[in-house]
Amino acid sequence: MTSTVYIDAKIIDPANKIDMLGSLITTDGKITAVGADITPPKGAEIVECDGRILCPGFIDMRAHDVDTEAALAGGITTLILQPDQTTTIDHDSAVERIISRAKAGKSLKVYPMGAATKGMQGAEIAEIGKMLTSGAVAVTDCRKSVANAQVMRRLMEYCRYFDCLIVQFAEEPALASNGVAHEGHIASGMGLNGIPAIAEAIQIERDALLSELTGAKLHIALVSSREGLKAIRAAKDRGVNITCSVAPHYLQLNHNAMDGFRTFAKVSPPLREEEDRLALIEALGDGTIDTLVSDHDPRSVDVKRLPFAQAATGVIGFETMLAASLSCVHSGQVRMTRLIASLTCNPAKILGLNLGTLTAGSAADITIFDPDMPWRIEAENLLGTSKNTAFDTLPCQGKVWRTITDGICVYKG
Amino acid sequence: MSKKTQNHESYERAEITPPSGNYFPDKHLLGIKDLDPTAIKYLLDTAEIYAEQNRQSNKTTHKLRGLTLINLFFENSTRTLMSFEIAGKRLGMDTVSMATNNSSIKKGETLLDTALTLNAMHPDALVVRHGDSGAVKLLAEKMDCAVLNAGDGRHEHPTQALLDALTIRRRKGKLHGQIVAICGDVTHSRVARSNIYLLNAMGARVRIVAPPTLIPVGVERMGVEVFTDMKEGLKDCDVVMMLRLQQERMQGAFLPSLREYYKFWGLTYEKLAVAKDDVLVMHPGPMNRGVEIASDVADDINRSAIQEQVEMGVAVRMACLDILTRDRQEVLS
Repeated sequence: MTSTVYIDAKIIDPANKIDMLGSLITTDGKITAVGADITPPKGAEIVECDGRILCPGFIDMRAHDVDTEAALAGGITTLILQPDQTTTIDHDSAVERIISRAKAGKSLKVYPMGAATKGMQGAEIAEIGKMLTSGAVAVTDCRKSVANAQVMRRLMEYCRYFDCLIVQFAEEPALASNGVAHEGHIASGMGLNGIPAIAEAIQIERDALLSELTGAKLHIALVSSREGLKAIRAAKDRGVNITCSVAPHYLQLNHNAMDGFRTFAKVSPPLREEEDRLALIEALGDGTIDTLVSDHDPRSVDVKRLPFAQAATGVIGFETMLAASLSCVHSGQVRMTRLIASLTCNPAKILGLNLGTLTAGSAADITIFDPDMPWRIEAENLLGTSKNTAFDTLPCQGKVWRTITDGICVYKG
Repeated sequence: MSKKTQNHESYERAEITPPSGNYFPDKHLLGIKDLDPTAIKYLLDTAEIYAEQNRQSNKTTHKLRGLTLINLFFENSTRTLMSFEIAGKRLGMDTVSMATNNSSIKKGETLLDTALTLNAMHPDALVVRHGDSGAVKLLAEKMDCAVLNAGDGRHEHPTQALLDALTIRRRKGKLHGQIVAICGDVTHSRVARSNIYLLNAMGARVRIVAPPTLIPVGVERMGVEVFTDMKEGLKDCDVVMMLRLQQERMQGAFLPSLREYYKFWGLTYEKLAVAKDDVLVMHPGPMNRGVEIASDVADDINRSAIQEQVEMGVAVRMACLDILTRDRQEVLS
């Protein structure tokens, strides 16, 4: 029996409404006790946390690559892999392969989402039941919306039988066709095809109505605009089973970031206006946005250093997720417990995973971070396989100190 | 002195006296957006000298003899390519032109590799046209020599804006205070964007007149007045700049038919009647007669400056090549 005691930590566990100075004990990969005044068992290893924040390990609901080292450095203990892999995850054997590979790694927990439609082509429903049985946690067409309303309706009806979450990428494809940037004065000046914010709102409105009709669980993968938020608020107000995510780059940057044809700021959905950025921070603060995801997508320089319209979309995000979102806490716009909930218990609840809490008896997946530590994000110092960060040279505050999976410390900052 | 004239004073100064003489701050000419009025005026003044020289019987100088100019055109072009080639030759440069039909781009080479290859051949100036916005800037990052943007996607076409400005300045005497209406397919036009930046920098009043489907979102933030009706937009104009309807760039339903476009947005004498009497009619070419402009307006020798624009094109490009290769000329002499 090996025990570890983390003492003198500021313990935040939103699921159990804990926010206190105290200690936490893990034994054999499980959390055994949390409290302000607990006696460590004999022979236990003692870790002095110096008042750093100790919270459940982060659950990243949207990653396009298993970049283990980078994920652990970002405090992530569970990641949800998107189906847009070299072989599209649209059948049970692909799901099994991902899960067995992750188990062999013995640190990061990886659960895949399956494709909602075969080959993510939006035409035929994929083998959802078999994928769920093999361990998929939701279905999504990743960077494409299920555009055909009839297919979406059938998908929702079918998923209800399995109580399966549908993750929709909200972008009405006809309005967004050929678009590479937010439709606004920046894209107009640069001569780029725009994607209007309304393309997002229309898709959300339609799917909210279909969800009402069918009773399916709907999650909007990434919200980027005021219009999109308005649609989500309206749907939530009338009781639709809808949740949504945002990624840190939408909270930190607006469409000015692509000025000078910076393809490292090319993401999907596109970075929008300053008013949108502020509205997203507000929505994360008031709970309209449920979860924070990294949308980690390593891309090589070869596909990024191209003319803007041809360049690949996507940025890396594991290692910068915490720091880039903590700025909203430091500025007083989002409460710390809310931010941590959006990284831990909220995604666990939406996905139906028994994770994201510090409840005694649950797996000892823990992240300890220093919320105030100043550092500068520098692409070449990041651990990930690719360096396509949108935050190069950004000064920020807050860094992961320890990442613990199943009671074992797997990252030391 | 009224407040209005005080506001215009800085523009007037920029037109009359260059504060810093022979001055061009940049290594490349990638766009108008980041140029200040002084640099623009310097380019125009230099072009003016070449415009006079081009009308003499001895048009050729040897100022840039021994320097190599590469024209790299990823998109079809007749007048811009010829114009640059003639400009280079009149300055005594060795010019090489390359069209992409037979280039390794078709074999899958990336733009950056093309840049590295060309750079290894040590040209002294590179003129590039490319179908993607921002492509010329990307290529310029890998080049040691001056890179001139001859049009990138829908982004910018700086030499076209400069030749338009030179034409207006020669006909009207000045740029500031002129009311210029840019009409037609603004969404797909790099010429429109460069002209908006340049004319605004020089203190002209710029209007956009276009069908609602061809007005870029947020264009008013670029400092223009937006009109959808030709007669409202052309009222009291000093200059009307027609744009070519770029059907090759249009994907999706922008217009019902060319016939209908001509009826509402084609430039005819009837619509032109509301403009000033001495209105100048311009077109960057190639023209679609009977689509965006009536033949009789295009051929009106009193108003149309379309041929003069082509003439000024050579002069402007000579000026740009001259100014951007100054460091290399010094080494030669």
